[in-house]
Amino acid sequence: MSSILTPALTADWDQPTSFELATYRRNGGYRALPKALATPPDTIIQMVKDSGLRGRGGAGFPTGNKWGFIPQGDGKPHYLVVNADESEPGTCKDIPLMLANPQALIEGAIIAAYAIRASKAFIYVRGEVLHVIRRLHHAVAQAYEAGYLGENIMGSGFDLDLVVHAGAGAYECGEETALLESLEGYRGQPRLKPPFPAIAGLYACPTVVNNVESIASVPFIVLNGAGEFAALGTERSKGFGIFSLSGHVTRPGQYEAPLGVTLRELLDLAGGVRAGHRLKFWTPGGSSTPIFTDEHLDVPLDFEGVGAAGSMLGTRALQIFDDTTCIVRATLRWMEFYQHESCGKCTPCREGTYWIVQLLEQLEQGQGSDADLDKLLDICDNILGRAFCPFGDGAISPVVSAIKYFRDEFIEHRKRGGCPFDPAASTLFATETVR
Amino acid sequence: MALSEEARARLAPQAAEIIGRYPRARSALLPLLHLVQSEEGYVSQDGIEFCAEQLGLSEADVTGVVSFYTMYKRKPVGEYHVGVCTNTLCAVMGGDAIFADLKEHLGVGVDEPTPDGKVSYEHVECNAACDYAPVVMVNWEFFDNMTPAKARDLVDSLRAGRDVAPSRGAPRLCTWKQAGQILAGFPDEQAAGGHTAGEPTLAGLRAAREHGWTPTPQGGAGA
Repeated sequence: MSSILTPALTADWDQPTSFELATYRRNGGYRALPKALATPPDTIIQMVKDSGLRGRGGAGFPTGNKWGFIPQGDGKPHYLVVNADESEPGTCKDIPLMLANPQALIEGAIIAAYAIRASKAFIYVRGEVLHVIRRLHHAVAQAYEAGYLGENIMGSGFDLDLVVHAGAGAYECGEETALLESLEGYRGQPRLKPPFPAIAGLYACPTVVNNVESIASVPFIVLNGAGEFAALGTERSKGFGIFSLSGHVTRPGQYEAPLGVTLRELLDLAGGVRAGHRLKFWTPGGSSTPIFTDEHLDVPLDFEGVGAAGSMLGTRALQIFDDTTCIVRATLRWMEFYQHESCGKCTPCREGTYWIVQLLEQLEQGQGSDADLDKLLDICDNILGRAFCPFGDGAISPVVSAIKYFRDEFIEHRKRGGCPFDPAASTLFATETVR
Repeated sequence: MALSEEARARLAPQAAEIIGRYPRARSALLPLLHLVQSEEGYVSQDGIEFCAEQLGLSEADVTGVVSFYTMYKRKPVGEYHVGVCTNTLCAVMGGDAIFADLKEHLGVGVDEPTPDGKVSYEHVECNAACDYAPVVMVNWEFFDNMTPAKARDLVDSLRAGRDVAPSRGAPRLCTWKQAGQILAGFPDEQAAGGHTAGEPTLAGLRAAREHGWTPTPQGGAGA
C-alpha cells in the first residue's frame, strides 16, 4: 500500500532539539549543500524544474521556472527573499516548520541563492511570532558559525549573507511585491506587474521571492534527485506538501502528504469531524479560496483537482467547520478581515470590502433583504480582476462560494429576523466534556 | 513622552547596526520602528523623529509607514499586550467568547492599558496557529486552545506579576518592550529554550509512524 502521508519536512519535528544545527546534521541535514555547491548553478535550476516543485505559498507557480527567469551576467546584484509572512487565514504550516526545523529553510535558502547567483538573502518573517523569530536568528547564527553562511561557503568561493527581517503586522505583505515594498521600508502596497520581481524586484534588481515551504523542499530534491520528488503527487502537481487541518476535527494539525490526497483520507487519519457532528463546509487553501462542502470530500487536493471543482489549492489550509457553524457569521468574519487588511491602494478592493461587510452585518442580524444577495454578488463582480494584486480576487471567494452553496441559510436569517445558530455550540469548550 | 538624550545615545549604535544589515538604508525603517517601540513601548513623535534622523527621511514619510502597520502603537499599551484571534476559525472555536469575556473582565477599551499599566488587549487577525484554535497571543507568544476562563486567569496572573509561560514559545514571557528588541533583530537568550512542537504540530507525523509511511522507498526523509 502506498503511503498516504509522507513526512519529509515534518519528519524530525518530534525531536526535542530538532531546531539545533547539530540535530539537523545528525538527521542528514547539510548533505544537500555540498552536493549543490559542486554542481553548476544552472543544473540546480534544471533539477528544481524537473522536480515539478510548484510554489507552496498559494499560487503554485513552478519554482524552477521562477529561478530560471533571473537574468544572468547582467552585472546587477541578485536577491533571494524568503516569504515567511504566513498570514492567510487557516494557514499554519510555515510557522511550525520554522519553530521546529529552521535549518531546513536555511539550507534550502543557501542552495537557492547559489542557483540564482545571489549573495544576499532575506527571510521576511511576520512580526507576530516572537519565538519563531528567536529560532530563526539562532539558526542563522549557527549556520554562520559552521561556515554555511558568510564568505567562501564550504570552500566553494560562494558568499552569502542572510538577514532575518521581522515585519510589523500587515497581511498584504504576503503578496510578493508588497513584501518587497515593505522590505525597502515603505508601506506594504503591491506594485504593478510586469515588471516581475525576477527582472525588477528588491531595489529594482532581479529577485526571487519564494515561500518557506518551497525553499525548505529544495534540500530533499537536491539530495534525493528530482525524480524522487516527482515520483510523489500527481501528473502536474508533484511532490509532498504540508496539509493543515484545523477547526472541528478530532485531531487537528499538520499532515504532510503527496499532493492529490483527499480530505476524506486526511480526515480518516485525523479521527474525523468532531464527534456527534457532520462536515458542513471547509476551505481547501485558506479563506481566499472558495469554500467546499461535504460534496467535495473526494476531490484530489492538487492544483488541477481543486481548480476543476471550482476552488484553489492555495496553501492547503483545510479549515473544517461542522453543522454548528453559521455560514453568514463565518463569511462576515472573513470579510471583516479583508476589510481590515485591504491595503487601500485599489478602490474596488478598499471600498468593496467595506460595503460587503455592511451588507453582511445586516444580513446576519436578519435585517437584510433577499435582493442584498444579488447586490453582494454584484459588488464581488466589480472587485474581481480590478485590483493590482490578488487580494481582491481572494477577498470575494468566501462571499461568492457561501452564497453558491448556502443561499437558503442567508435567506433564513432574514425570515427569522436573526441568526438561527447558537455560537456557543461551535466552540472548542462547548464540547470539552465530549473530547 | 520624550526620548531622552541618554536613550538616543544608547539607541544610536543599535540603529547603526540595523542600517548596516541592508544594502540600502531605508530598508532599516521597520526594524528601527521596532527599536524605538522597545524603548518607549509605543512609537512616539520623538521615536518617529529619531528614525527619520537616522535615515535622512522626513517625519511625514516615517509617519506614513508607521500608520500602515498594526504592530506599531501610537499610544502606550500594557506591559503585556494580549491579542485575541477573532478571525473566522478562532472566532467560531471560541475567540469571540474569549474576547467578549476579557473585555468585560478587564474593563478597559481596546489597546488601552489597565490602570496598573500591566495589561492591554486587542483583536488580532489569523496568527498561523489554527490547529491550536482558539489562540491568544501575549507579547506575540502563543497561548493555545484557550477558553474564557483560562484567558481570565492568564491576565490575572500577568497583573499579579506571577510567572507565565506560553504554550509554545520561550520559557519566560518577556515584556512588550523587550519583544521590540527581538523584533528589531536583537534576540534574547531564550531561542534554545521553550517549546518546539505541540501535539497538533506532530499529529501527521505520529499517524505516518503508526502506518510505517515514508516519503521515499528507502524510508526516512533524507534531508
